This record gives sequence, C-alpha cells and structure tokens, in this order.
Amino acid sequence: MRDVAVVGFAQRQMPEFDGSPTCVELLVPLLAECYEQTGWTRRDVGFWCSGSSDYLAGRSFSFVQAVDAIGVIPPVNESHVEMDLAWALYEAWLKIQTGEVDTALVYAFGKSSAGVLRRSLSLQLEPYTMTPLWPDTVSLAALQARVGIDAGVWDEAAMAEVANRSLTDAEKNEYSIRKGGSSVEELLARPMYADPLRKHDCSPVTDGAAAIVLAAGDKAREVREKPAWISGLAHFVDPMSMGTRDLTRAPSAARAAAQLDLSGVELAELHAPFSHQELILRRELDLADDVRVNPSGGALTSNPMFSGGGIRIGEAAARIWSGEIGKAVAHATSGPALQQNLLCTLEGRN
Amino acid sequence: MTRTLSAPVTVAFDYTRSTGPVIGRFLTGLRDGQVVGGRTSEGAVVVPPPEFDPVTHEPITDFVEVAPVGTVTSWTWVPEPVKGQPFDRPFAFVLVRLDGADAPLLHALDVSSPDEVSTGMRVQVRWREERVGSITDIECFEVATESGPTGVEAIGDNPVTGVIVPVSLDYLYAASPEESAFYRGLNEGRILGQRCPTCEKVYVPPRSACPTDGTPTSEEVEVSQTGTITTFCIVNVPFLGQKITPPYVSAYVLLDGADIAVLHLILGVPAAEVRMGMRVEAVWKPREEWTYSLENIDHFEPTGEPDADYDTYKHHL
Repeated sequence: MRDVAVVGFAQRQMPEFDGSPTCVELLVPLLAECYEQTGWTRRDVGFWCSGSSDYLAGRSFSFVQAVDAIGVIPPVNESHVEMDLAWALYEAWLKIQTGEVDTALVYAFGKSSAGVLRRSLSLQLEPYTMTPLWPDTVSLAALQARVGIDAGVWDEAAMAEVANRSLTDAEKNEYSIRKGGSSVEELLARPMYADPLRKHDCSPVTDGAAAIVLAAGDKAREVREKPAWISGLAHFVDPMSMGTRDLTRAPSAARAAAQLDLSGVELAELHAPFSHQELILRRELDLADDVRVNPSGGALTSNPMFSGGGIRIGEAAARIWSGEIGKAVAHATSGPALQQNLLCTLEGRN
Repeated sequence: MTRTLSAPVTVAFDYTRSTGPVIGRFLTGLRDGQVVGGRTSEGAVVVPPPEFDPVTHEPITDFVEVAPVGTVTSWTWVPEPVKGQPFDRPFAFVLVRLDGADAPLLHALDVSSPDEVSTGMRVQVRWREERVGSITDIECFEVATESGPTGVEAIGDNPVTGVIVPVSLDYLYAASPEESAFYRGLNEGRILGQRCPTCEKVYVPPRSACPTDGTPTSEEVEVSQTGTITTFCIVNVPFLGQKITPPYVSAYVLLDGADIAVLHLILGVPAAEVRMGMRVEAVWKPREEWTYSLENIDHFEPTGEPDADYDTYKHHL
C-alpha cells in the first residue's frame, strides 16, 4: 500500500447560499485556498473527484457545470460520486493506490436550502414501500431515537449533553451555523419538535462546499511538515429497511471499526446529524472516555449535504498538521438512520 | 436588490417500476386487503417481505399472511408534514409489529396529538377504498377497535407486477450572480457576457468561472445584437412540448464580441436559405412583454449584410 496523506482542506458553510445550486462561485475560492496551501496549480493535481446530487440542485448534470471551477483545457482526469465528499476521497485514495496518480483534489457541494431537504432525502429510500409515504429524514431519525430511549440504551439527557457540548464547541468554529451552549437542563426545557427530538437534536439545514487534497509519499512531505497520513479507510452498508435492523446499533460502523486500528486515537470527528447518533457511534467505535469527540462542533451544529462527512476528515487532519494531536478517527455517514458508515484513521507519524 | 435572481421550479417524474415476484406478492396482498410477510431462513416473518434472505441470499419464496392488527414499537410526531406524506396535518409516523410478524412496518398513524400515541399501543390497518397495489393501499394505521379493522374484499385476480410512483420536488432555483446580471440585462434589452481575465474569451450567457482556466470571470461585457450563424439545423420532426410549428430553423448565433454562440430561432428567411456564415440580428418582442428571459428576443433574422468569412467563426464551431 502507498502512504497517502491529507495535505489540504478548505470549507464553507452557511444557512443559505445566495447563488446557483451548481455552486461554481463557492468552489472557485475553495480550490484557490487548496492551491495556496499546497503551492500547487491545477496542473499538479493528478485526479479530481466530486460529490453532489442533482436532487439537491434541482437540475440535471449539476456536477458537470461545477467542473467549470477547475478549468478543463487541456482535459483533466475527473470523476464524480453521488455521495458525500468522504466517498469521493475514498475513490481518490484508491486511484492513488493504483499508482496511476500521486495527487488528488476532491470536492463536494450542495445547496440544501433550494428545496425541502428532509423531503428530498426520502428519495434515497426503498422506492416501493417507503418513498410513497415520503418519510422525511427527521422522522426516521426520531423513530430511531425513540427505540433507544425505550430500550434504555440512551435517554434525553444524554442526547442533550451531546447537543450542549457540540453547541459549546461550535462557538470556536467560524463555519458552524448554530452555536451557543447553555446547559442540559436548559436544553431539556426547550419544546419538542419531532418527538422525542428537539430542534437542537437535529442538524440544521446547511448549504456549503468543501475540498480536500491528497498526496502520496514525498509529494505529501513536500507540502506539510506533518501530513495527516491515512492509516486506515473502511466503509460498510446496513440494510435500508428500518424494520430489519436493530436501530440502537450501527453494525456497519462496528464492522468498519474492526478493519482499523483505533488504539491511541485522541480525537474522533463523528458525522452524527442527530444527537443520539453520536451515542450509537461512540459505542460502535468503542471510544475511550478520554477521546475528544467533535471539537469542531460536529454535524449537529452545521451539516452541509455532500460535504458534511468529508469535513470531519478535514477537521481531524487540520489538528494533526498543527501538532495538536497525533492520531484521529474521522467518520462519515449516508442513508437513513446511520445506514452507511465510513471510517478513516489519520496519523501524524512521519 | 438581492445578489441573485431566483424562481420556483418543480421537477417531476412518474417512476414506473416493475415489482418482481416478492414485492409484487406483497402489493397484490395489499390490493386484496391482506398483509403478506416473507419468512426468512431463520424463521422470522418480515413485513414487507425482503426480496432475498439476509443470511442465505436466496430469493424469499415462503409468504405468510399476518394480521392487520399490531403493536407500535416506535413512533414520532410529525409537526410539519411535507408534501406527499399520508396526512397534510400533524400526525405520527410509527413502526408497527403486526401480529404474526417479527419485524415492524413503517407507516402513518391517525392521531391528533402526540399524547394519543405510545410505544406498545395496539393499532390496526385502515384500508383505502380504492386499492391499486401500493403501500398507500393502507391509508394509515388507527387506534385498534374491539371489532378490528373493517374487512375488505379482494379487488382483482391478476397479480400486481408494476407500480407508478410519482415524484415531484419543488425548488427555489437561483441563477448565479453572473447569470443574474445576464437576465437583468435582457430585461433592459441588453445582452451581457463575462470576459475571462486569463484567456480573454467572452462567455454569453456568462459563467462564474472560465471552463478553460477555472478563473473567475470578472469583467462584464455588453455584446452586439448582431451576429453570425455558425451552425444550424432545420427542425422537421414534431416532439412533445414543441412550441413552434415545424419546419423551423434552430441556429447557433455567434454575437459580435462574444466567443460562445447562443442557440436561437431563425425567422424571416426560407429554411432552405439559412446557411453558415449568414449575418443575423436580434428581433425583440414588444417591450411590455419583456421579462428576465432570453425569450425577450423573439427570434433572429437576416440583416442582409454579406456573409461572414469562414475564418471569422471557424474557431467557434
């Protein structure tokens, strides 16, 4: 296996992007930041991969328009996934492993506010017996939260603790769109939304984009003193049906964790769009109590569709570059109620 | 004035799907007023039946009718229903384990407040009168009564083999800032493009970044309303949504000062006389009909000038 590291990261998150859903205007400055961080031009990038969805954009082939942000004469080596940035990163990592290229830039974007996000996401469900009911994302997460509460696996106070810590940490993150912790008591006194979820248990609808730069071996060492080496990368999928899996668990996250060496992890950036999902993930990853979880504020305070997962990898990498930590695990999810889970370990060794 | 122009857009499509033998069996059951589950290799009865066994991966072939009555295993309140959901007023989504089944089914429960729903409560199917072989043949669940759900008769003797799932999504679609300037210009009778500072090409309609260089386009340029036909086609074939009676000519018009041609309608000349290099000019609709649209230009028609030299547009083909 080739040593591949995260060496660049740029992001934007906002409640409402005043621009087109192809997000070209948003991507151009992000790519510029990546060139500045690496000292590269677009010609130094061996492979490009983007993540987005036409269901968010409300138009066909929105990712083709986004390619304008790269500039593609002469042509570039480019791909696209209808998935989060973290999966675009996975494809780029594989591409580097093949030996065909040494560097890659992956980016993802989404203007969630253009439509009704929780409704649009019904289209990722089983189309015969689920989609015709239009079960929205928040309702499905709430059904999962209730199962855990009824089973005594977690309670509303534990969920509020996650929200309070996230909102407090988000105060230090300029990109978080919801911030300001108070106390568990104060949060529990707020009204129910999708019972048993309160609004602070659900990530806010977020527009945004992010980009990550990967490089192999010496290419990475040229860019960063302490590149964030990808020491493990794994993803698994659980059945889509809400009826056939134990909703208090995420077996695919546990399987991904079993593929990786999580010992010595100091920090975990977990892509948990709902507060109880962080509790599930901490259990499946068997994280020790002293592991710092989501110092960025996490997806609960800002969750741009299609980049919210990859941003977890970028946030973790940035803390390795700075020397703040030596080893982290980043997580990305997709599908209803933590159906798909990707884990990535990052290390500062050299 | 906001930075961008936006307009509502609805994207809709009726997905026609074949069901296969397992989902087809389930939907046939619903049409005929029965709830059918599938038995897995481990003996569990799952509703709706999975197409393949989760352990052996063999097709599910053992179908079992379960009761239209069951127990709520989880629920949530939907305070702000979205379009297409079973109710357009607040309701509950529930997971219901039907009597005789081992796995719960997702559906809606007709209650008027969250105080009326709890885990463990007994509920029953409310059948829709007009059933077609769809999950919505179950109108919803309702609180169980002593007499149980009203029985319904089988509707057909042919199996359900397909479903039509209409999908319609509403957006507020925004133009980019550069596109917004373009449409604002059209509303004033002007055609605006953007010049790439790197390669100097002028894009009409404008783009936020030059697709050649990736450089943000920064300079707004008004281009001429006269241009050259670079290529064209004569439309003879009628198609769905056609607005103009064939035959007519669609052409790429390279406006003077622009580097990208715009597609438009050519009138004022017999179709057979339209040619590459022909010089044409924009003919605008009456000013009172103008809006933020390229349709403000009704069509292009010949100026009568001599044809442009091939060399002037050969790089724009």
